[in-house]
Amino acid sequence: MKDRLRTLALAPAAALLAATVGFPFLILAAYAFLSRGAYGGVMPPWTLENWQRFADPLYAGILARSFLVAAVSTALCLVLGFPLALLLARAGRWKNLLLALVMLPFWTSLLVRTYAWMFLLRDTGLVNTILLRAGLTSEPLPLLYNWGAVVLGLVYAHLPFMVLPLYAALERQEPHLLEAAADLGAREWQAFWRVTLPLAAPGIRAGVLLVFIPCLGAFLIPDLLGGGKTILAGTLIQNQFTASRDWPFGSAVSLALMAAVLALLWLEVRRRKEPLL
Amino acid sequence: MGAHLELRNLVKQYPGHTALAGLSLGIREGEFFALLGPSGCGKTTTLRLIAGFEQPTSGEILLRGARLDPLPPYQRNVSTVFQSYALFPHLTVRENIEFGLRYRNGQAARRAVDECVEMLGLGDKLGRYPRQLSGGEKQRVALARSLVLRPDVLLLDEPLSALDPNLRKQVRGELRALQRRVGITFVFVTHDKEEALSLADRIALLRGGRCEQLGTPQDLYLRPRTRFAASFLGPVNWIGDVGLRPEATLVQAAPPPGSPALAARVRAALFLGNCLHVEAEVEGGWRVLAEVSRFNGSYEPGQPVYVTWRPEDEIRVRE
Repeated sequence: MKDRLRTLALAPAAALLAATVGFPFLILAAYAFLSRGAYGGVMPPWTLENWQRFADPLYAGILARSFLVAAVSTALCLVLGFPLALLLARAGRWKNLLLALVMLPFWTSLLVRTYAWMFLLRDTGLVNTILLRAGLTSEPLPLLYNWGAVVLGLVYAHLPFMVLPLYAALERQEPHLLEAAADLGAREWQAFWRVTLPLAAPGIRAGVLLVFIPCLGAFLIPDLLGGGKTILAGTLIQNQFTASRDWPFGSAVSLALMAAVLALLWLEVRRRKEPLL
Repeated sequence: MGAHLELRNLVKQYPGHTALAGLSLGIREGEFFALLGPSGCGKTTTLRLIAGFEQPTSGEILLRGARLDPLPPYQRNVSTVFQSYALFPHLTVRENIEFGLRYRNGQAARRAVDECVEMLGLGDKLGRYPRQLSGGEKQRVALARSLVLRPDVLLLDEPLSALDPNLRKQVRGELRALQRRVGITFVFVTHDKEEALSLADRIALLRGGRCEQLGTPQDLYLRPRTRFAASFLGPVNWIGDVGLRPEATLVQAAPPPGSPALAARVRAALFLGNCLHVEAEVEGGWRVLAEVSRFNGSYEPGQPVYVTWRPEDEIRVRE
């Protein structure tokens, strides 16, 4: 009875997932092994040619760069997010207010916020205008349309996804544990290293996954803040389906990214079998 | 002053309230010392000041004659057993016990681990995580973790309160034996008079951030100096200025020669198995409770009796 109820309750979600994720995934998988149509679309015969193109240094380079940018952005999010999460977890009665501030950006669309960054960073933008007026620089600094801007945008957009799981892990820690560590002879940084950090490990893992995965496939931010000079996987895929009209290759790149993410998740799940707490 | 651990005029103020209002105490080397008092009396604050988790507003703490209060907790050779035990959940029992050894010199400490593990019977638990332990086992790990460091003073915050009531009496005995065996000064905080009386060599009764009375369990129970001390350590019958413990209050049919005696009437008698509780009203309106042996016969409500006592059992307070 209980089992039937559960099946019944899960059915709509399962159906929706099958229709919107499963089915398109099958289409994608099929496309990745077909040939390119003259005006977009796909046509026979079956081929492995789309996959052989990953050997091309151009495309291999784009994928490697995507991993690098995602990794750097994730690392920066971790380094910036950890102190922030620690502050939040120990903020006492200001906790809720500060948490609300961390989540405030979600109230505005990412597109609008990314345009706001462009407004800030462009040659005639706020930052350069102030620097010029103040006489700190004689010509506008190249702040936009480069790797720095892309990483900045990615870190900015994904920081909350790092902070929230870190906060959740840190907030659970019994405050007496740090006193116990000090009592047993550990200095503040030693207590941080041996108690706070290992106990935050589940939060770190969750935050890294929540930031790394979307950064890897990010399209909007690299496209707008990179200005087309910085091609990452997301932009590459988008180009294949639009300008290049090479749907099979676009499908192959998509699948490759997905496979990489699934491999990461699999590693994480395997780790979880070890005692965590 | 030959005190091992000395508190001199300790004051601790928080915004809006004073936790300690000039507490002075001397604790001797190797004694089992209790800080007893109702909640809010400052006993836990005192423990936290000795451990170094908080700084006194004014006053001094001395260990073997040297100032302790300017040192951070990690440089004080005192160790705390927390009420919640505060075991590190991500570390095994062994790793918990060895946590502090990294900050001490090696060989002697290694041997101390084996000794403590053996002494506290943790040999078969070393690979477990704290969540896999019972309350009593957690406490033993917390004790071992502190004792391997051979602290000059071991501080225990309500050591029995987190335990199952059935376990408490057993652990009380074990704790007493452990302290005798290691010979380290134990200072423990409790609100439970029975715990203090049964465990401690000496007790400091705190009230309102000051020491109300310091003495042996016998001093505090038999010779309390204030009404508060008398009442906190157990029930008292007050007849004017004279206080009498129920077990020192005698109820007899005829006044004995040479002892103080007051005419009274029995109001009620309760049979409690091992003894009788006789409630009597003395002429003048004082009501007393006498705990009498069940071999003393029976009492009926309304029966005329004499309430009497040995003069040496009188409790005389200052107020």
